[in-house]
Amino acid sequence: MHLTKEEEKIMQGEYGLTLEKAMEILVALGDIYGADELIPIKSAQVAGVSYKTIGDAGLEWISSLEGKVRVPSILNPAGMDLEKWSEMGISQNFARKQNEIIRAYENLGIRTECTCTPYYLKGFHLNMGDHVAWSESSAVSYANSVIGARTNREGGPSALSAALIGKTANYGFHLDENRVPSVSVNVESDLKGSDYGALGYVAGKLISNRVPLFFLSSKPEPDDLKSLGAAMAASGSVALYHVDGVTPEIGHMHFEMPDENITIEKEQIQEVYDSTSELRSRCDIVAIGCPHCSPGELEEIADLLEGRRLKKELWICVSREVAERYSHIVDMIEESGAKVMCDTCMVVSPASENYECMAVNSGKAFNYVPGMCRLKARYASIEECIEEAGDSN
Amino acid sequence: MIPIKIQCRSISKGTGEGTALVSRDPISFLGNVDPETGIIVDPDHELYGKCIKDTVLVFPSGKGSTVGSYVLYQLKKNGFAPAAMVNLESEPIVAVGAIISDIPLVDRPGIDIYETIKDGDFLKVNGIEGYIEITGNI
Repeated sequence: MHLTKEEEKIMQGEYGLTLEKAMEILVALGDIYGADELIPIKSAQVAGVSYKTIGDAGLEWISSLEGKVRVPSILNPAGMDLEKWSEMGISQNFARKQNEIIRAYENLGIRTECTCTPYYLKGFHLNMGDHVAWSESSAVSYANSVIGARTNREGGPSALSAALIGKTANYGFHLDENRVPSVSVNVESDLKGSDYGALGYVAGKLISNRVPLFFLSSKPEPDDLKSLGAAMAASGSVALYHVDGVTPEIGHMHFEMPDENITIEKEQIQEVYDSTSELRSRCDIVAIGCPHCSPGELEEIADLLEGRRLKKELWICVSREVAERYSHIVDMIEESGAKVMCDTCMVVSPASENYECMAVNSGKAFNYVPGMCRLKARYASIEECIEEAGDSN
Repeated sequence: MIPIKIQCRSISKGTGEGTALVSRDPISFLGNVDPETGIIVDPDHELYGKCIKDTVLVFPSGKGSTVGSYVLYQLKKNGFAPAAMVNLESEPIVAVGAIISDIPLVDRPGIDIYETIKDGDFLKVNGIEGYIEITGNI
């Protein structure tokens, strides 16, 4: 890989050990994936935040670093709401360790907002063609597919290295040739709401890590695309997809029709709901907001909750900035007894382990909750999720 | 014996030496290895029960969770890390773990290392220039 003189100096340690290590990581990844050079990035989103996943070793490494990030940088969801953690049933020890991790990142100049939807936040808006180094799989999918920006799925140390250097190695989804679809997916059924998450859950398993081009008879909104992409990144490892007539690179890049063609039938999508329908009314918690809610989704939830008093725990996960910007909607939601959680989600928080069965409307959560949190998961529409949480009266 | 020098690609800088511990199975540092002892704890792994401390660990590649990078760091801090590592083809988890932990790592050896290197051979790994030297058998 070609390095500039300045990059060589960083690699030789002239700017200290932290930048030397960061450069060494970027160059090693560049060599592994055959990159020709480093390219500037607009922003970074750093994974490796929840104490549940990185433990003491991760905390120790992050704490050992010095200096400041060069581009706007933000964090993946943490293991708890950084303010309301005790309401979540989080232990004091976990909270102390989680806060130490957040402070260590803050010392590096990283904004301590922990979210899987950075694209809703000021300073993190992207345009088509922007290069970034983001980590969280649904955010990567949204940036690549819905916005047409360019990012690989970064690991924690690689995203942090990119943030500190302000560059990433030029490989993978930064290059035109890797953004070309290799399989087309036809879906004739009418889809709405959580159907897109169910479709993504089914499609991800069939597509694995390829780039699909969807032909849909329904016209998805950005929130629908968010659900579709999040689910495909979880059940498969799809980091970029296109939807004919919808996503921005269609029409700009003039893709040829892929040779391979898959059809997903209505029954396959319905099966995602049906496979867990025996859990109806047997869940002890309902969780919405995977990925974190958009302002529009918050409004929809507030409408559905109006006049209800919930009997069961209902968590709504959202970024702190969106919750603060729409605090009047948050107040309406919480009047029902629902809890609006920031900085975290049902998948990465150990609080989920206190329950036995969770109802979700997210294909991503449905994929991860049983394995990572060890509880049963029921897949249902947002309306059914709200029904599960309690009666109207 | 005359040292055998094998050209490799450099992934993580530094030099290290020790006795070879050779695996044909990929390693997931999260799950396969106990960070408190350096012992391979997965009963299905070829190296089950063996300790990787101070060895030159030879394995095809990493696999599994990216948290594995931090497990390597933890092994190093606890004093149970390998002295150096050799991969057929490095992937990001082990590459990043080696770099943050100061463990020399090379990959793409120029000859079939499974033919040439046996458990217990004494190896020197040069992660700066990118080569391995087999300097003796025990």
